[in-house]
Amino acid sequence: MNEKNNKYWKANLKIVISLLIIWFISSFGFGIIFSDYLDQIKFGGFKLGFWFAQQGSIYIFVILVFLYVWLMKRLDKKFSEEEDS
Amino acid sequence: MTTQLLTYIFVGATFTLYIGIALWSRAKSTNDFYIAGKGVHPIANGMATAADWMSAASFLSMAGLIAFLGKDGSVYLMGWTGGYVLLALLLAPYLRKFGKFTVPDFIGERYYSSTARKLAVLCLIFISFTYIAGQMRGVGIVFSRFLEVDINTGVIVGMAIVFFYAVLGGMKGITYTQVAQYCVLIFAYLVPAIFISILMTGEVIPQIGFGSTLVDSPIYLLDKLDQVTKDLGFVAYTENVKTNIDIFCITAALMFGTAGLPHVIVRFFTVPSVGAARQSAGYALIFIALLYTTAPAVSAFARMNLIDSIQDQPYSTSPNWFKNWEEIGLIAWKDKNEDGKIKYSSGSALEDIKPKYLDERGEYGERLLQNKPNLSNENEIYIDRDIIVLANPEIAQLPGWVIALVAAGGLAAALSTAAGLLLVISSSVSHDLLKKTYMPQITEKQELRYARISAAVAIGIAGIFGIYPPAFVAQVVAFAFGLAAATFFPALFLGIFYKRLNKEGAITGMLLGLIFTASYIIYFKFINPAINNSDFWFMGISPEGIGSVGMLLNFIIALSVSSLTKPPPDEVLELVDDIRRP
Repeated sequence: MNEKNNKYWKANLKIVISLLIIWFISSFGFGIIFSDYLDQIKFGGFKLGFWFAQQGSIYIFVILVFLYVWLMKRLDKKFSEEEDS
Repeated sequence: MTTQLLTYIFVGATFTLYIGIALWSRAKSTNDFYIAGKGVHPIANGMATAADWMSAASFLSMAGLIAFLGKDGSVYLMGWTGGYVLLALLLAPYLRKFGKFTVPDFIGERYYSSTARKLAVLCLIFISFTYIAGQMRGVGIVFSRFLEVDINTGVIVGMAIVFFYAVLGGMKGITYTQVAQYCVLIFAYLVPAIFISILMTGEVIPQIGFGSTLVDSPIYLLDKLDQVTKDLGFVAYTENVKTNIDIFCITAALMFGTAGLPHVIVRFFTVPSVGAARQSAGYALIFIALLYTTAPAVSAFARMNLIDSIQDQPYSTSPNWFKNWEEIGLIAWKDKNEDGKIKYSSGSALEDIKPKYLDERGEYGERLLQNKPNLSNENEIYIDRDIIVLANPEIAQLPGWVIALVAAGGLAAALSTAAGLLLVISSSVSHDLLKKTYMPQITEKQELRYARISAAVAIGIAGIFGIYPPAFVAQVVAFAFGLAAATFFPALFLGIFYKRLNKEGAITGMLLGLIFTASYIIYFKFINPAINNSDFWFMGISPEGIGSVGMLLNFIIALSVSSLTKPPPDEVLELVDDIRRP
């Protein structure tokens, strides 16, 4: 039982850490630290760094949270099936 | 129909709706009152969370701030949305699994200490009242400008409405009113944004219009805006003024602060399961992102329109909105070069920045000012940033019903947030201080009565803030987020993810985070504001961003004190194990 919980917790941490890395790169990375550098690239009327800071990062946040919901649902299912077998 | 009549109709209709919902969803138990009986659907909870979260500051002030800050304003956009990722991944599901009533509840039990609980209540009350003061100012502005009633009357009407559904309905009443308020506020935000986007760029979707070319011109809106702002002596709109380290710290403080705000966290206690809490965070973020991705477009449109409509205009033929807001006291004009024309450029127009009006009128009918002109620049106007969203439809000459709609939306945003805050204040008093600490013998019925009484008292205090607004409202907003980041976030996060953290570590961490952050802000904002600039800041970090340093300090202290003192008891370890299992 305890070992199963540990395994679940480790899998959970892996999901959370990988999503938070994307979270960090899209906001603090593209929106702040590398923003000026990315501003050299333009698409439409947007400079890329500016777009990430005011639009792109927010879209990525939404995707990340739903990705998390989906991955956790899968993980929960996997572990509750193991319990049954 | 006049705009004013339309506004009365819109505001009246929405208020009737809120009262109707309150009557329908009365709270019968403490469970209903604190957490809506844990029966809220994730989508409904997502909307309620969004309305709870998007305050007068998001609805009224944010786009205006960004319009003047340009790219620096991104800190609010990323900070106030990115925090939800942290909340969804690191806190909400676990705290829902814990399954109690309040945030101090978790801290009290996890750190097996009533000192920790009381400290948490103290932080919670301080953060929440700071926040409420801002909502009341928003209510006051909308009432005085659009309904032309006295600000005090406006605040009292607003308080009466909140009193009605918060005291009667508790969390249950608040939740379903907030769902309605979200619909009102998002509609009110998007309609003018879409109109203006079509007028300026021909694009229906503001998020796209913002990056498109202007109507009848091959020039991109943002390029034009960069050019115009540079010509007026500002830094180009799409470039930063603040240093990267400061932007980094402010964004982090806002993000971690958002994740640590008690009135937002408690919303996730209302859903039926852990899975529903995760989903609900996702829906909340979508509903919030709808407004937050529109806001920067509104900012760019507003800045452009503002410059176009007043620059070099003779005051006598200036637009009506300009004079109306001057009457309210949120715009001022000082004709420095005495040519009768409005000149807008960088720098503060007046000494002491905020205008102080005389009773007399000048030769063009403008309100004369006590302030001496600031002669180091050519700028002649003072514009309060809070008016941009409200004035935007007028500046773009949209029809009266759109203006009325925005007024109703602003009120929805302010009231929904105020109600959510009042609820966490009252439940932490009745539940954490009375039931769990000082009066454990009271029955559930009595506790419910105390919850209602403390909600009523809190509304009264919030009303006083609204009628006599503390002069420092805008400045203390930094407080709320900085403190939430420096106190609650580390205690909650480590409480879940680090079993070894004991009460000694958590309490010293929170206390030091609180003291450090509060002293830094108080020193630069109130004691010595003259040196509030980057030469004197710690590592170039402004008081707005210092919460991130406070948080780091909290983490370091909590971990080191913990490792030197004895580990938490077994039942706490079991509690943490239990929280980690879905």
